Amino acid sequence: MEAYLDNSATTRCSQRVLQIVHKTMDIDYGNPSSLHKKGMESEKYVKNAAACIAKTLKVSEKEIYFTSGGTESNNLAVIGAAMANRRSGRRLVTTQIEHPSVQNAMAFLEGQGFEIIALPVDGSGRLSLDALRGAVNHETILVSIMQVNNEVGSVQPLKEASDIIHEQNPKTLIHVDAVQSYGKMHIRPKKLGIDMLSASGHKIHAPKGVGFLYIKEKTKIKPILFGGGQQLGLRSGTHNVPGIAALGEAACEAYENIEAKIEHMYSLRDRLITGLSQMEGTVINGSLGHDSAPHIVNASVTGIRSEVLLHALEERDIYVSAGSACSSHKQTASGTLLAMHIDPALLESAVRFSFSSHTQESEIDYTISALEEIIPRLRRYARF
Amino acid sequence: MYQAFLIKYGEIGVKGKNRHIFEDTLVSQVGNALKPVDGEFTVRKENGRIYAQAQGDYDYDEAVEALSSVFGIVGFCPVVLIEDEGFEKLAEAVIDYAASEFPQSERSFTFKVVTRRARKNYPMDSMEVSAAIGERLLDAYPALSVDVHNPQVTIHIEIRNKINIYSKTIPGPGGMPVGTAGRAMLLLSGGIDSPAAGYMIAKRGVKIDAVYFHAPPYTSDRAKQKVIDLARIVAKYAGPIRLHIINFTQIQLYIYDKCPHDQLTIIMRRYMMKLAEHFAREDEDLGLITGESIGQVASQTMQSMAVTNEVCTMPVYRPLVGFDKQDIVDIALKIGTYETSILPYEDCCTIFVAKHPVTKPNLKSIHKSETHLAEKIDAMMQEAVDTAETIRVEYS
Repeated sequence: MEAYLDNSATTRCSQRVLQIVHKTMDIDYGNPSSLHKKGMESEKYVKNAAACIAKTLKVSEKEIYFTSGGTESNNLAVIGAAMANRRSGRRLVTTQIEHPSVQNAMAFLEGQGFEIIALPVDGSGRLSLDALRGAVNHETILVSIMQVNNEVGSVQPLKEASDIIHEQNPKTLIHVDAVQSYGKMHIRPKKLGIDMLSASGHKIHAPKGVGFLYIKEKTKIKPILFGGGQQLGLRSGTHNVPGIAALGEAACEAYENIEAKIEHMYSLRDRLITGLSQMEGTVINGSLGHDSAPHIVNASVTGIRSEVLLHALEERDIYVSAGSACSSHKQTASGTLLAMHIDPALLESAVRFSFSSHTQESEIDYTISALEEIIPRLRRYARF
Repeated sequence: MYQAFLIKYGEIGVKGKNRHIFEDTLVSQVGNALKPVDGEFTVRKENGRIYAQAQGDYDYDEAVEALSSVFGIVGFCPVVLIEDEGFEKLAEAVIDYAASEFPQSERSFTFKVVTRRARKNYPMDSMEVSAAIGERLLDAYPALSVDVHNPQVTIHIEIRNKINIYSKTIPGPGGMPVGTAGRAMLLLSGGIDSPAAGYMIAKRGVKIDAVYFHAPPYTSDRAKQKVIDLARIVAKYAGPIRLHIINFTQIQLYIYDKCPHDQLTIIMRRYMMKLAEHFAREDEDLGLITGESIGQVASQTMQSMAVTNEVCTMPVYRPLVGFDKQDIVDIALKIGTYETSILPYEDCCTIFVAKHPVTKPNLKSIHKSETHLAEKIDAMMQEAVDTAETIRVEYS
């Protein structure tokens, strides 16, 4: 039996995705920028993908731009917005628990003379709205917040945040990193009042190396890649037709029956949390309730190093993520968990389980019984 | 430009009756090293020297890189070979050689010409050739000057079936050809020291076998791959290595359970050495090799090494025993193992490192602790032997 519970790291491609990828590589393999029929055929895939995605967000297909993944989408949003709007101010606001692609893009901009404010979060990984209010001023050109945190699954109060931001400065652009949330919940950028949204293909059963950035019409941003001028000059480079087609297909598939899928994932989550709570010395990091994302459970198994537990589970074909990697030189603990001020003993032993809508109950049960056997065995050899 | 490499070797020249064994081994190792290089080479002995001659085009940089890792080579000279078509042709060839070898901007050095006639029927004698060629060079390149005592460049002309022209010697790694000194078993870990120790012993002509102890799930597959990668780099110099990968988890946990924690590392090392010896005997090795260096860590104080060594019945070679850490790092950098060694995949989970390990262990006390293992240790050792994975690691 195998249990792949590392879906927040990456997911397996679905059958529909595989088929469309094959078609775009073997049959409709033209370059969408070509003037002839083969070009037009492959361009259809790009247009269809944009249409699919736009429908899932209830936005216009003209507002969907394809990139090489979540990292590039985040970079384009943050750096592109900063560069285009630098005359309006020099402050950028974000949180302490963003993905490195946002944090490092911000660090780069800091070196270029921008002011970066990274807001703190509380013990369950949620942004402080008061701190946000205090940070957004007339100088603020962009706020970037991730919707669902990849480590613990906490969901940010985006509507409230957006209202506060617009109150303080109606011109401030709002970017949301939705890499962990897209495909797992309904997202309405127009209702939320946000200007840009990043998503990644390989988190929703499309291949690695493709993603998109929603950019609200009339938003001023500059490109960060220069070349042949594709995608209105905002993202040059020959369209990755196989990837884009896959992304579109996966997006459509993800939102089919999404309410049922969400319910399913919450039931898996509840089942796992119940199982874990019955084991001595396990602590769930983040919120236990349905206010957190449906597909992530972060737990600390006290007394056992994350990576040791990971390898022990691996021996049973159960795959998870470790909150910190083994290295006697330096403890490499997760930035997010640190920012949540989690007890250092818990930090060392944090493990993340993440499901997809394809995950079965039997995989959860298998994992729980494996843990019941492994945990007492490994606990005997705690660091002294 | 160069059609051959003249290979100079050191110590093996004085070995008397065994000289030809050393030479033949060196010829064979040079052949092995040049096999993956782009181009065809024949390697042969001729008049007390070894030549690697290219048949046609070849990749010069690859060939130089390959020869720089062959133990037994003190230096090698890229040689221009020409047919003997009379003195004039020879002079022309030397002038062309000088032009290609030394760019215009550097052509103002002091030189001398040294000629050797292996063929005594050549019309001019050595001194005459040297003088005449020297004159021609001075005519062609007025900025040169002759210094017979301390020249910056020595141009060698050797008159054999063909005429060899060379002036540059590229240093080789020294040492003795691998295969001339026997075999030994290296205790390999993912650290900086053990690959360097393997290199140093291989350099004396010793073929290397190796053991690596891993402890899943406390150690990862990445740590194991790192060790295989390190063995691959050492194999560049030492030839193919037989690597035994031994699962030490059960034994490690048993020692942890039954013995005082501050003695954990020492006792673990004793059992590792015993297991290493077992495989060494099977592989017909003449000794063990470790990367130990006095005082580097608690298990490498002289008292600790004495206690660890007590279990060994065959010699243990510790080529780094007197080296500072920086010296060892320098070797690792030179041989190309350093970057891989410092990758952060631990090969021993820090759970099994005591906060205050004993630095001066008492042998009696260790023996007493080990009696607590009597019940199961032999069966566990046998299982470790039976379940070991052996792979052949080659440089590619």
